[in-house]
Amino acid sequence: MKTTEQEKEEYLKKVDKITPNSPIIKNCIWAFCSGGLICTAGEGLFKIFESLGFSEDNRALLVNIILIGTSAILTGLGLYSKLGKRCGAGTIIPITGFANSMVSPSIEFKKEGFVLGLGAKMFSVAGPVIVYGLLTSIIVGAIHYFLMG
Amino acid sequence: MDYVKAFVTGGAICVIGQILIDKTKLTSARILVLFVVVGCILGALGIYEKVYNFGGAGASVPLSGFGYLLSKGVYEETEKNGILGIFTGGLKACSGGVSVAVLFSMLAALIFEPKDKK
Repeated sequence: MKTTEQEKEEYLKKVDKITPNSPIIKNCIWAFCSGGLICTAGEGLFKIFESLGFSEDNRALLVNIILIGTSAILTGLGLYSKLGKRCGAGTIIPITGFANSMVSPSIEFKKEGFVLGLGAKMFSVAGPVIVYGLLTSIIVGAIHYFLMG
Repeated sequence: MDYVKAFVTGGAICVIGQILIDKTKLTSARILVLFVVVGCILGALGIYEKVYNFGGAGASVPLSGFGYLLSKGVYEETEKNGILGIFTGGLKACSGGVSVAVLFSMLAALIFEPKDKK
C-alpha cells in the first residue's frame, strides 16, 4: 500500500512541476466560458420549446433530453473527454457532465457484462449523486411539511 | 439579454466548481454530489429560485439545478399529497432526466466501442 501512496505523491509532485504556477485563473476562464456556453445553448433550446408552446416543466425536460443526448454522442465519439481536459468544471458541472459520467462507464464496462458491468458501473458517479440528492430532498421535504406545513 | 444572463450565471457556477477542483483536489464525483446537495438546500431556502429567475438555463443546466428541482418537487408533492409527498416528490421531479440518461447510456454503450486510453 505504501508504494502506491508514494507513487501518488511523486506523481503529484511531478504534476506540480509541469503545470504552470497559477493555472487556476486560466482553468477558471475555461470553465466559465465552456460552462457558460453550454448554459446559453440550454437557454436557446428553452426559448425554442417556449415558442412551440410547451409548459415550463416539459420545456426543462426537453432541454435536458437534448443536452443529455448530445453529451451521449460526444462521449461515445471520445470528444467529451477531450473537451473535459481543457474545460474542467465547465464540462463536469452542467447536466452534460452528469450524462457523461453515466455514458462513459457504460461504454467502458459493457465488456464486463450487461448487469454487473454496464448496469452497475453506469451509476458509479450518478448513484451517489442521486442517493445524496434524494436524501437531502427527503430531509428538506420533512422540514417543510412538519415545521412550515 | 437572457442569453448573457444564462452565460454569466452558468459560467459563474462552473467557476465555483473549478476552484473546488483546483484548491481541494476533490474528485469530480464528490463535487457533483456537493452541487446537488447544496442546490437542493438553496432551493429549499428559496435562494436558488432567485438565481433561476435571473439566470434561467444558466441555473437549471448545472447540476445544482438538479438539486433545486428535487427540492421544488418535494415541496409541491407535500403540498398536494401531504406527508407521503416527502418520499415521492424528489424522484418524481427528476424521473424524466434520470430515465433519459439511463436510456441514452444504454444506447451509447450498444453503439460505441471503448476508446483506447493513452
